[in-house]
Amino acid sequence: MDWQGQKVVEQLMQILLVISGVVAVVVGYATESFRAMMLIYAGGVVLATLVTVPNWPFYNHHPLKWLDQSEAEKHPKPQVVAKKRFSKK
Amino acid sequence: MHSFGYRANALLTFSVTALAFICAIASFSDKFSNQNPSAEIQILNINRLKKQSYGNDEVSLTLDISADLQSLFTWNTKQVFAFVAAEYETSKNSLNQVSLWDVIIPDKEHAKFRIQTSNKYRFIDQGHNLRGREFNLTLHWHVMPKTGKMLADKIIMPGYSLPDAYK
Repeated sequence: MDWQGQKVVEQLMQILLVISGVVAVVVGYATESFRAMMLIYAGGVVLATLVTVPNWPFYNHHPLKWLDQSEAEKHPKPQVVAKKRFSKK
Repeated sequence: MHSFGYRANALLTFSVTALAFICAIASFSDKFSNQNPSAEIQILNINRLKKQSYGNDEVSLTLDISADLQSLFTWNTKQVFAFVAAEYETSKNSLNQVSLWDVIIPDKEHAKFRIQTSNKYRFIDQGHNLRGREFNLTLHWHVMPKTGKMLADKIIMPGYSLPDAYK
């Protein structure tokens, strides 16, 4: 998943769960059925799981542009210079 | 959110936290319900008032218990536990409570009832204090919710008394 997809997936997950929680409480209270509330919320959790957990293709529409191999070879990595250590006397 | 496991974990913790929130809201909604239970108890007969062979007084009664606890039931109620207790004062104890009968009410339909029964549990005193004793019959109930805190309340019915002599 690319960065844009990760941001979208986090927001989608939170929104889906909050909305299904709110709908669950409202419908449960209106129909005086605790069972209705639990079932609606469970359905919402399953929906959120199916939408956000697998790596769907539409989360990969903004892939990172990595440097080409040929470009990378023209600019070698800088070497780390070993530091002199001062010893105690 | 970079991996399957990360997203699954994030979803699991967020969904469980949201579940705790909606259960708290459901429990809070009980405050908006009007509760007006009522009850009446008659003593039909005092069957026996005796002294047990090893010392304590015991009485056996027949009770006529009628109650309407339907308004205690909300969408968040699992069951109501109700019991009748005889309460009286003696020189030894400032409060004696003896449970005589109880019932578990699973839903609203069963919450309005009338029953005639002898006492389910034995009414035994700590001593010989029951002759001529005046006592209250109290209907206690515990409302057990599906989520949230249990609520307990009672109706006190005073004015009952036992015979002056063993019979």
